[in-house]
Amino acid sequence: MNTQGKVFRYGDNVDTDVIIPARYLNTPNAAELAQHCMEDIDKDFVKAVVPGDVIVAGWNFGCGSSREHAPLVIKTCGTGCVIAKSFARIFYRNAINIGLPILECPEAVDEISANDQIAVDFDTGEIKNLTTGKTYRAQPFPPFIQNIIRCGGLLASLRENGGTEA
Amino acid sequence: MGMTMTQKILAAHAGLDHVVAGQLINAKLDIVLGNDITTPVAINEFKKAGFDSVFDKDRVAIVLDHFVPNKDIKAAEQSKQCREFACSHCVSHFYDVGKMGIEHALLPEQGVVTAGDCIIGADSHTCTYGALGAFSTGVGSTDMAAGMATGMSWFKVPSAIRFELTGKLPKNCSGKDVILTIIGMIGVDGALYKSMEFVGDGIASLSMDDRLCICNMAIEAGAKNGIFPVDDVTKAYMQGRCEREPIVFAADEDAEYEKTITIDLSAITPTVSCPHLPENTRPAAELSDIKIDQVVIGSCTNGRMEDMETAYKILKGQKVADGVRCIIIPATMQIMRECVERGYVTAFMDAGAVVSTPTCGPCLGGYMGILAAGERCVATTNRNFVGRMGHVDSEVYLASPATAAASALTGYITAPKED
Repeated sequence: MNTQGKVFRYGDNVDTDVIIPARYLNTPNAAELAQHCMEDIDKDFVKAVVPGDVIVAGWNFGCGSSREHAPLVIKTCGTGCVIAKSFARIFYRNAINIGLPILECPEAVDEISANDQIAVDFDTGEIKNLTTGKTYRAQPFPPFIQNIIRCGGLLASLRENGGTEA
Repeated sequence: MGMTMTQKILAAHAGLDHVVAGQLINAKLDIVLGNDITTPVAINEFKKAGFDSVFDKDRVAIVLDHFVPNKDIKAAEQSKQCREFACSHCVSHFYDVGKMGIEHALLPEQGVVTAGDCIIGADSHTCTYGALGAFSTGVGSTDMAAGMATGMSWFKVPSAIRFELTGKLPKNCSGKDVILTIIGMIGVDGALYKSMEFVGDGIASLSMDDRLCICNMAIEAGAKNGIFPVDDVTKAYMQGRCEREPIVFAADEDAEYEKTITIDLSAITPTVSCPHLPENTRPAAELSDIKIDQVVIGSCTNGRMEDMETAYKILKGQKVADGVRCIIIPATMQIMRECVERGYVTAFMDAGAVVSTPTCGPCLGGYMGILAAGERCVATTNRNFVGRMGHVDSEVYLASPATAAASALTGYITAPKED
């Protein structure tokens, strides 16, 4: 699995309330919700993002609410991957469960700028900045989690493994 | 090497004698919880995956609390979807308008959760139940769906930070000031992926409402869970209330902690988290020039009976300052009824405040107290992110019920009196 696209760059502690404000959570419809992705910190994100693009952010990305709508809208917008210095734990878990690829790589985050073109290989954790020519290596997921992603998310993996093995 | 209290609960639910931090386990769940925002997504996933029954109708709890009584047509559709699912699967712990309360005040009050439980909830503040000596953590809707179907969930066993509480809180402080102080010390990711285990001789003086409030905001430090040992206060609270027998776990003497942080409760002062992160804490006394437009007293953090009592003692016979809207939301129907019977509601209304039926409404910027651009609110809620309570240019200051009530009277952020 991999993705390639331009970078949207954000800071530390990007919370779920700015990823998808609660005022829109009166529907579970992903396409409808996705129209408001990142709206409270970046009104232009939804207009500018194209499939394969990458969000690059600082520490504690996705902090706050448990709303799965947050990784879901990022994925539904076409975002190919989120790279952050660290992720809040519920967001991390939700991203895996719905199949949004995420990588932790503080070194890459420090050196990647908005609008850089980057290529990401999830199997190896390799992040290549095509604009600067620099390459970084993030820790790929452990096999347990790779299995969930390979199956297409948690519920698909449950089906494949007979119901109780995650 | 011994285990922390959290690790012992997880080991028991995974059928293992011993677990270590970082280990991936599959654990049995005692309760799987969802609300009117997260359950519809879970129901859709549950159906899409082809599951046709819940693992145990008595172990699933669905609480309509975020946008009820329904704020609009779409919210009504979401509630309806939850209602139909609960009905078709005979979910015994389904709480609709008239019976509902804010989930994290309601489930302990109704005895649905108990000591020793392993609980997941599709709501980040599910960590609240650690106050009863349970392992309890927030997850997303897909985890809820999987939990409802299988009664199991995977976890990475967390390491822990130990918070040693000593001394006794000053009279004008409560659990909220303790947890805000801690978040100010360690930051919003200070306990990321970890347990916050509270110990020490200071605990005995903390009420259950204080402990529930402290564990409630463990997530605001990034923690997986917060947890208190089970003592006489917990046992008295659970007695005759919990529908299942409590199981008491205690950390091993030689349990490993990443670090120990000592908190002297007697040195805590009324604390406020300034916009736009819960870690931006300041003593309330230093913020007396901050003029406010609104006060909200309520939420899963501070809508319990002691919080109402604190607000009553400060607002009784007084008047809310001109230009301030003071919104008080008892967290459950039982608390609301008690507020009526004790005369609190009349006193609140005499003071110029309004009282709403239980809802999460304003806390997450849903309804029932949304802020306009430039407005400021002192709230007993749990998050003050950009746009959390309304317009992106509004501001939320997090505080205790005492600080919020004192501020409502002056129109400025005000530390409650010390007597």
